[in-house]
Amino acid sequence: MHTNPRHASRRQALAALGAMALGMCAPLRVWAQVTWNRAAFEARSALEVLRALGAQSASESRDILIDAPQIAENGALVPIDITSQLAGTRTITVMAEKNPFPLAARFEFRDGALPYARVNLKLSESTLVRVVVEAGTRVYQHSREIKVTAGGCGN
Amino acid sequence: MSIRIRAVLKPEYTDVRVLVSHPMETGLRRDDAGKLVPLHFIQTLVLRLNGQVLIQSQLSQAVSRNPVFAFRLRQAKVGDKIELAWTDNQGASGRADALVSAN
Repeated sequence: MHTNPRHASRRQALAALGAMALGMCAPLRVWAQVTWNRAAFEARSALEVLRALGAQSASESRDILIDAPQIAENGALVPIDITSQLAGTRTITVMAEKNPFPLAARFEFRDGALPYARVNLKLSESTLVRVVVEAGTRVYQHSREIKVTAGGCGN
Repeated sequence: MSIRIRAVLKPEYTDVRVLVSHPMETGLRRDDAGKLVPLHFIQTLVLRLNGQVLIQSQLSQAVSRNPVFAFRLRQAKVGDKIELAWTDNQGASGRADALVSAN
């Protein structure tokens, strides 16, 4: 192949630019990546989930507001609305204790987001829904009992 | 598997509603032929405001089919860009964006 020195230098310049772009993008992409906490999500009991999250020592708080139906006729779609009034809330975690895998969802909030989330869950049977909040360096929790008249796990 | 986003500026916060079309299979459901449908669910959902990550969610198969989420942002303005991106346990992913509107 005939090589034109001008093209060669352009190729080199392009390669260098590409390497720079990769170098700049790689850490950004890692930073934006959420890691899915397999140990916590595959835990079979609420206690195991709390252990996997390092949240065994959560203290009860009425500043965690859980808005959910007391009786859910359709376990396949139970709306859960959570607000944390605890200053410095970093995460909100929702567990359905009687589900085969209790950990349902975990939300991490940065500055600019209010510590609030609404999510629809499947509940396999009547269960305690436990919400765990990390605020500052402390862990808090609050629970609600939800009665399910038709389970949602086969859905 | 599409995403619909609606972001509306309210007096106290910006209300963000997200609807993702996704089967969210638990791995426990049987199809009409009696065969178990494989586990298939969204694992991560990230919300960005003007490119900056504000909320990172980790989800399980316990989230309902075609999940709907609501989030609240402070200090977003009309015209700001809200972006949602998800990944699932089978390696699929999707993203969409919307602008904050006044109503």
